[in-house]
Amino acid sequence: MTPDNAAQPSSESPTNAAPTNAERFSPLHQAHVDAGASFTDFAGWQMPVRYSSDLAEHHAVRTGAGIFDLSHMAEITVAGPDAGAFLDYALAGKLSAIDLLQAKYSLILNPAGGITDDIVVYRTKAQEYLVVANAGNRFQAFEALSARSARFDVTVTDRSDDVALVAVQGPVSRAILESTAGLTVDGDLSELKYYRALAGRFRDGAVLIARTGYTGEDGFELYLDVPDAAALWDALRAAGEPVGLVPAGLASRDTLRLEAGMPLYGHELSVSTYPAQAGLGRVVNLAKETDFIGRAASEEGPSADARVLVGLVAEGKRAGRADYPVYRSADAPVAEGVITSGALSPTLGHPIAMAYVAPSLARPGTEVFVDVRGTRIPATVTQLPFYKRQK
Amino acid sequence: MADKTELQYTAEHEWVQVDGDTALVGITAYAADKLGDVVFVELPEVGSTVAAGTVVGEIESTKSVGELFAPVDGTVVETNDAVVDSPELVNSDPFGAGWLLKVTFTELPTLLSYSEYSALVGE
Repeated sequence: MTPDNAAQPSSESPTNAAPTNAERFSPLHQAHVDAGASFTDFAGWQMPVRYSSDLAEHHAVRTGAGIFDLSHMAEITVAGPDAGAFLDYALAGKLSAIDLLQAKYSLILNPAGGITDDIVVYRTKAQEYLVVANAGNRFQAFEALSARSARFDVTVTDRSDDVALVAVQGPVSRAILESTAGLTVDGDLSELKYYRALAGRFRDGAVLIARTGYTGEDGFELYLDVPDAAALWDALRAAGEPVGLVPAGLASRDTLRLEAGMPLYGHELSVSTYPAQAGLGRVVNLAKETDFIGRAASEEGPSADARVLVGLVAEGKRAGRADYPVYRSADAPVAEGVITSGALSPTLGHPIAMAYVAPSLARPGTEVFVDVRGTRIPATVTQLPFYKRQK
Repeated sequence: MADKTELQYTAEHEWVQVDGDTALVGITAYAADKLGDVVFVELPEVGSTVAAGTVVGEIESTKSVGELFAPVDGTVVETNDAVVDSPELVNSDPFGAGWLLKVTFTELPTLLSYSEYSALVGE
């Protein structure tokens, strides 16, 4: 038996990571070792892939709660009188329009309209924003923002090494945060809306508590400075233990986000992907009055025959996986699509995948065939997401 | 559950328990852990002829796909239906209820001892 890692890239493998020499470890590494985690390389970081069972961790997030260490992600602050105007120029969205303590999903486009990174931006002060970038794109994101800031009165700072990120995700997440010793919140978590944040404190340090996540469940992401991160992790775990909170690794995070139809950079998104192809056209604000990097290319859009991102569902248990070709028929000679992420859905019990396919195959209900290691298996195009939580 | 120290092993992380001319085959706990939760197992047909080192089945987890190699030349005489119905047995009891297939052979190739396999996986 050989886990076929060469032919089957791990879902964590970033495709445009900057070269890194040394392995990096999360500030929570020892807690993961103590919890019995298995580790995987993610953009040069040794991060927990699972603690005991990735399926159990997945189900815990859907039914109870899971806690994730996401300290490998990149945090870049943008501060100064021009912060809003700068981000309107540097990013696809209109960040000057968001409220204090509001979050917004956005994109760093390149001049050709391709996606340099997908990010979440928080307005932390009137003239300060926090940009959260993918770990594998840390340097590309920082370089792009720095280079674009020249004519603006802003300071762009890469704080990734100083900031830890812990996510608590699942239907009982709020109760866990409310009972965590030492964590205080400037406001009421029960009234905190999705993609909004509150300031808080853990012990003597500041914490940004955001109702955001990457699992398709209710949940929170907590940003704080590294020195207090391990203590916060322990306090959250202690508060969550009575209600079934489990530490959850990147394997479950990947199946959770796939079920929720959320793209992963390096799989669904790349520098050669237009947002419109990925179903992210709404993220590019062409109504913005001001110019922004990638605007002209975005207005032109991808060619009419550019492949588009769709969901695929199939019967049985054999899942199509990243890089498997998609065909129009059981005997078509030429592939007209390719899977970017796929797995046997733990929640739904059948195979699901995201794939880029020719526009003529993109209509929901279209039957296609996935080449699963030499066998063409029928699949049906469907709308994303595959899973939506009951509210 | 078999005594791991009495089993023989392959470099492809399979274990072999020899009983006369029959080899009982499974994957090691090391391999099961590396795969993560196994969700699908495909095994060869009973009666099929297999050649050592060739792919005879697949073991899929949520994260990846592993190929199952025949450790010996021979004929498949039994496969574990229980593991097809409940692939999680590969994780919960890889050396016992998670066995995969039984093959009759005429000649046993050189396999690894427990200590040699342990050294291979660094345990």
